[in-house]
Amino acid sequence: MSILDILHAAVANTFRSRLRTTLTVVAIFIGACTLTLTNAIGTGISGYLDVQLASVGAPDVLSISKTSTAAPGLGDGPAEYDPAALTASGAAATETGGPSAVLSPTDLNAIADTDGISDVNPVIAVTPRWIEYGEQGKYVIVVGANSEMTKADLAAGTQLQPSSSANEVLLPASYLATLGFDNTEEAIGKTISLGVADYTGAMHEVTATVAGVQNLTLLGVGVRLSRALTDELAAIQATGKPDGVGTGYFLATARFDPAATPNQLTALKADLADQGYTAQTVADQIGVFQTILTGIIGVLNGFAGIALIAAGVGIINTLLMSVQERTREIGLMKAMGMSGRRVYALFSTEAIFIGFLGSTLGALVAIIIGTIVSTVLGNTILSDLEGLQVMQFSPAPVAGIILLVMLIAFLAGTLPARRAARQNPIDALRYE
Amino acid sequence: MTSTLLEARAIKKSYGRGPARFDALDGVSLNVQAGEAIAIVGKSGSGKSTLMHLLALLDTPDGGSVRVNGADPTTMSTAQIGRVRNRDFGFVFQQFFLTPNATVLENVMLPLKIAGVGARERKVRSMAVLEQLELADKAKNTAINLSGGQKQRVVIARALVNRPQVIFADEPTGNLDTATGRLVENLLFSLNRDHGITLVIVTHDPDLAERCDRQVFIRDGREVRALDYTGASA
Repeated sequence: MSILDILHAAVANTFRSRLRTTLTVVAIFIGACTLTLTNAIGTGISGYLDVQLASVGAPDVLSISKTSTAAPGLGDGPAEYDPAALTASGAAATETGGPSAVLSPTDLNAIADTDGISDVNPVIAVTPRWIEYGEQGKYVIVVGANSEMTKADLAAGTQLQPSSSANEVLLPASYLATLGFDNTEEAIGKTISLGVADYTGAMHEVTATVAGVQNLTLLGVGVRLSRALTDELAAIQATGKPDGVGTGYFLATARFDPAATPNQLTALKADLADQGYTAQTVADQIGVFQTILTGIIGVLNGFAGIALIAAGVGIINTLLMSVQERTREIGLMKAMGMSGRRVYALFSTEAIFIGFLGSTLGALVAIIIGTIVSTVLGNTILSDLEGLQVMQFSPAPVAGIILLVMLIAFLAGTLPARRAARQNPIDALRYE
Repeated sequence: MTSTLLEARAIKKSYGRGPARFDALDGVSLNVQAGEAIAIVGKSGSGKSTLMHLLALLDTPDGGSVRVNGADPTTMSTAQIGRVRNRDFGFVFQQFFLTPNATVLENVMLPLKIAGVGARERKVRSMAVLEQLELADKAKNTAINLSGGQKQRVVIARALVNRPQVIFADEPTGNLDTATGRLVENLLFSLNRDHGITLVIVTHDPDLAERCDRQVFIRDGREVRALDYTGASA
């Protein structure tokens, strides 16, 4: 029997007992459909994170904070007072963790002196009170603090240049309608004004140009300010500040050699850690999301796997019944000189074909459902996260799932196929 | 002039073990010459079917030896034995063993399919055999819709399609009424006469046995000179 004949016969035999085949296929279908969906969620969300990382994350920047000494445990006494330690200006004391320690100018110098660090900038927290376009009303402004770490994911306009001396802002897309812009393009190049209070509480007004509009991203949901604008706002905030009040920063950004190998980067981080600083790249920060996501997807895939194992038992059952029913036919074929190996191949092919049917249908339906759900979610509750496709189907993983299910089906078919192959023609022909 | 096609030397076969042990065959020897029609006659349980199975290489004897065209099957591989059964032997069974939902043509093509003959050639050859047996108009019918006589003719067509040297027939007329059985018998003997195909017919029907060139009587696993039922003679 040629391979083509075996294939043909296997397909024909599969459809001989339609109801039984259908039920088995349904079981595989459910498993394959679930696996395809969970995989698509994994691909979609981690793809989104990757895109964010690739497009917005600056690869050569470390965010550095002072490693917080753990808050005293319950029942421990208070920690010893360190007169050199500063609190960030205006920050409330934290009772539960958080960066309780801040970076002083001494710290910044120490970081700058570390081998491999080229440029250290403290992240200056500026808190403008309001934002206004034209005379259309003042609104509360939220400033994205870690602008140095990332490039904005722009819907329109241009990125902020650290070297530029112009007062520029990048507005989140969600601000446009409220401020009074009709569309994205209209906002570019327009002048907006910001209100900021000095140390004594007197309000000052600063103007800036809209350089671009950014999509909502995971990193930074606020307005981005150019370095020049930040410096100007910081200067106003510090106006009237008594001399005795020191300046500390929660965070500093530092550049390192972009050509550094992962090992060198690890060594650099370890070096900073020894000095009492915590250093993270954007990849590290997104890595936390990735790890959580991988865990969740792993659990979901586990459920799909259980469904597939149950479906595999279904295949065993179906084929055992089929072997039983076709005992005489097998006996006849063997009497006519068909080898046990061919009989084995025939039943294995049937199992694989059942697996192929179930997994292909499952993957197809999953793609249809997933695309619909993904589109609906994207247009409703997740519409703010531009570029996020909750479920993403790419050919390689889908093909991988189909092959995996076919492999499971083949393994499940091993037992019945072996039983069929071992049948003695005479016993099989006598079988009533 | 005639050559020995099948040869059995003191073959033994038993089933079960211990007190349940049953000797189906206990030292039977037999020569089948090419071109002859031989009847293996016996009551049910006499071991006649077992003898046929051993001659047809469907089973291996516990003792003694079998030769096919002088070759010893114990020295052949499973694949070689399969090839002998496929090419040189044709099988006709009392219960037909047709695949019920397949067409007549598909049923007849089965041995050629197993032999790995190409799709076009096996169709041509099967149709030729069906025409020879005047079944060409039934080629597209499903096997289940045929009458008993038609079914057995399809089975004979299937046995014939690979142009075998010998056809083993186990109670070929057992499931047929007398008139139809007679037609099937005529068909088998005409194949023997006109095409020189050796017949090994297992039967308990004395009339059918009588039409063969030679009868071998089996009782309780041994060859006997005659059976004591009316009409049968040695």
